[in-house]
Amino acid sequence: MIRLDNVSKTFPGGASPAVGDLSLDVDRGEFVTLVGPSGCGKTTTLKMINRIIEPTSGEIWVDGVAATETPAPRLRRSIGYVIQQIGLFPHRTIAQNIATVPELLGWDQAATRNRVDELVELVGLDPGMLDRYPSELSGGQQQRVGVARALAADPPVLLMDEPFGAVDPIVRSRLQDEFLSLQAELRKTVVFVTHDIDEAIRMGDRIAILNIGGVLEQFDTPDAILTNPANEFVADFLGEDRGIKRLSLIRLDSLELPRGPVVDVSDGPEVARSVMREHDLTWVTVLDGRRLAGWVWESDLEGVALVGDVEPRQFRVTVNCRASLREALDAIVNTRNNVGVIVDTDGYVGMLTLDLLTEELAS
Amino acid sequence: MSDFLADLTDFVADSSTWLGDAGLLVRTRDHVLLSLFAIAVAAAVTLPPALWLGHRGRGGFVVGAVVNIGRAVPSFGILAIMLPVSLLFGWGIGFWPTFVALVALAMPPIFTNTYTGVTEVDRSVREAALGMGMTGPQLMARTELPLAMPVIWTALRISSVQVVATATLGAVVGWGGLGRYVIDGFAQGNDVFVFVGGVSVALLAIGVDVAFSLAERIVLPAGTRHRDRTELETAPT
Amino acid sequence: MLAQTDPFIRWDWIADHLDDMWQRTIEHSILTFLAIGIGLVLAIGLSMLALRYRRTYAPVTWVAGVLYTIPSIALFAFLVPFTGLSLVTAEIGLVSYTLLILIRNIVAGIDGVPASVVESALAMGYTRRRLFWKVQVPLALPVILAGVRIAAVTIVGLVTVTTFVGQGGYGAIILQGLRRLFATEIIVGTVLAILFAAILDMLLLLLQRRLAPWLRARERPT
Repeated sequence: MIRLDNVSKTFPGGASPAVGDLSLDVDRGEFVTLVGPSGCGKTTTLKMINRIIEPTSGEIWVDGVAATETPAPRLRRSIGYVIQQIGLFPHRTIAQNIATVPELLGWDQAATRNRVDELVELVGLDPGMLDRYPSELSGGQQQRVGVARALAADPPVLLMDEPFGAVDPIVRSRLQDEFLSLQAELRKTVVFVTHDIDEAIRMGDRIAILNIGGVLEQFDTPDAILTNPANEFVADFLGEDRGIKRLSLIRLDSLELPRGPVVDVSDGPEVARSVMREHDLTWVTVLDGRRLAGWVWESDLEGVALVGDVEPRQFRVTVNCRASLREALDAIVNTRNNVGVIVDTDGYVGMLTLDLLTEELAS
Repeated sequence: MSDFLADLTDFVADSSTWLGDAGLLVRTRDHVLLSLFAIAVAAAVTLPPALWLGHRGRGGFVVGAVVNIGRAVPSFGILAIMLPVSLLFGWGIGFWPTFVALVALAMPPIFTNTYTGVTEVDRSVREAALGMGMTGPQLMARTELPLAMPVIWTALRISSVQVVATATLGAVVGWGGLGRYVIDGFAQGNDVFVFVGGVSVALLAIGVDVAFSLAERIVLPAGTRHRDRTELETAPT
Repeated sequence: MLAQTDPFIRWDWIADHLDDMWQRTIEHSILTFLAIGIGLVLAIGLSMLALRYRRTYAPVTWVAGVLYTIPSIALFAFLVPFTGLSLVTAEIGLVSYTLLILIRNIVAGIDGVPASVVESALAMGYTRRRLFWKVQVPLALPVILAGVRIAAVTIVGLVTVTTFVGQGGYGAIILQGLRRLFATEIIVGTVLAILFAAILDMLLLLLQRRLAPWLRARERPT
């Protein structure tokens, strides 16, 4: 869908090229992240795709057509663009901002209005905001408008330059999640620039790791890169916690989780004790049907008729099954019993221990 | 046209144009001296209260009002009104009405710009200075004044140019100076007079502006000299 | 020797001369609006030049600055031998005054539009021309209008001096009062000029408010 062929960019007065001889292919519907340190040319590369910056040499193809063949304004109307500082027009309302490209393309008023309403819902904004001005919105809200604006004319390609960089980490995480669900639905071809390797790992189908001067060090799926970094630069860039980063790629609900040592509240203490012996533990998890009630020490069950007669202790942390192995590791480290208790909306799912986790990593 | 040029060359070549009591040199001297005097008095009167109020941070509203009103007041009008006032007090024509008008017109811009210059001294610099144990007067002398100097100096520069300009009109209320050429020229229909007067005043005004700019090197503490001189509030004349 | 000193303001004279005052107001208005109008057109042209070719900004503002420094009476004076005691002389002088402040403000206004807004507009497919007229100019309007306000108020004051080159306006009332030593006339001329400037300033301020409604919107908690 997007092809870069030996693209270079040297700025006038620059000693060395910002981007030197870069070749890259992005498939239709793929989400590619460009990551690298300062000076690696990731933003320059992005801006060459929609010709905000013109390449010094090389060719760029968008959907089979050479980017240089179409006049730049026309090319850009079919590419969505989202930047960190957002850049909403301060003098236009939210609705007018979102309607920018449809207006440029000459859509009729009714169609435009419908599209605006549709998008507002899609990006999770309150429709009451439509007649407000950007200065009245918070940073997170403004960026949602930025995304809506980029999607307005339904472009097949989306270019994003550190779009969530200007908001605080909590909002950023939310925006990332929401964008990922949006992408699952819309399947746009996205090129996403970030300096944050964790964000790249989280968001991208494939990651392009760039070195200073636009040198492409590795271009592969997150898992492949984390497992086999191409060279020392990539390994360093990934960070020393590479292994743990891999954990964040594996969702708990994609695994078959072991049941763990469980008893029901209706069971007697001997059942509990036999479970404990089976697992070689001095405690058990207490369930009330499907629901997680807590856990008890063997000693808590002295002189009790049913397990349910005792008030169970609470696990300090539980992990949602939609979270990753990384969160599970966090829980294991933080509980007294060193286990990760996995739950979903209905109740208890399973339990992970450190041993099981290491096994998973090795595979 | 060629008559005019011929007359002009004759005039300039004639030495009596330059020398003597009604000559160019004398009139220029008078013009410069009166302007200097008026600026000095205006500065002496307005700088202390402006510095004090700026230091205290009081009186901001007054400053705003003065700026707006000051721009709307025509210098010609003020100069003209001084004539009957001067006569009322028995001060006669010529010097007094011109001088008082010049001082009155120079005061507001010097005041407002000085005040603004002092209040805009970076808060953090002020806090750091106080934090180091400077007292109020020390803060003023060592921090606020030097840092406000560029703005104050620019205000003085602009006011001086304006004073030179208004002093030209002083001829209408009976004073001398370079304005004499202009006003007499208009009255007599003497184009050469008018032209020479105009050019002289223009050169003088530019000269004053340049002199102040050059003097910045001496007057302003190193590190405060402006790269970009934003124009301040005053009406030209 | 004095024509009058007792009452500084002769209200009966004012009442008698309302027609004259109105006539002078019209003259003063024409002189003012012509100057601002021509000044704006020239300033917009020069600003667009300076914005397109950055190197010209310094020389252009230098020339405008010199014109601003030269006292108006002097400027009129050395034009007179060439253009006579005419409206042209007056307008050349007046327009030169407006240039510096207008050019400065137009350029500053356009430059003040956030780079992210310009980049977004281009990236969405705006042509340079559309960007200039639909984004940069509207956003620069508050700053530009502020410059127009200052220029307008200044010009009103300067127009009083044009009486020396044969124009009317309030300056004519002042000059006449001066010649006849009639304080009322001087005061009337001056006060009318101040009032005119104040009203013009206020009208432009209202215009400024109307043209930039987005400036009054503040972030509201949701």
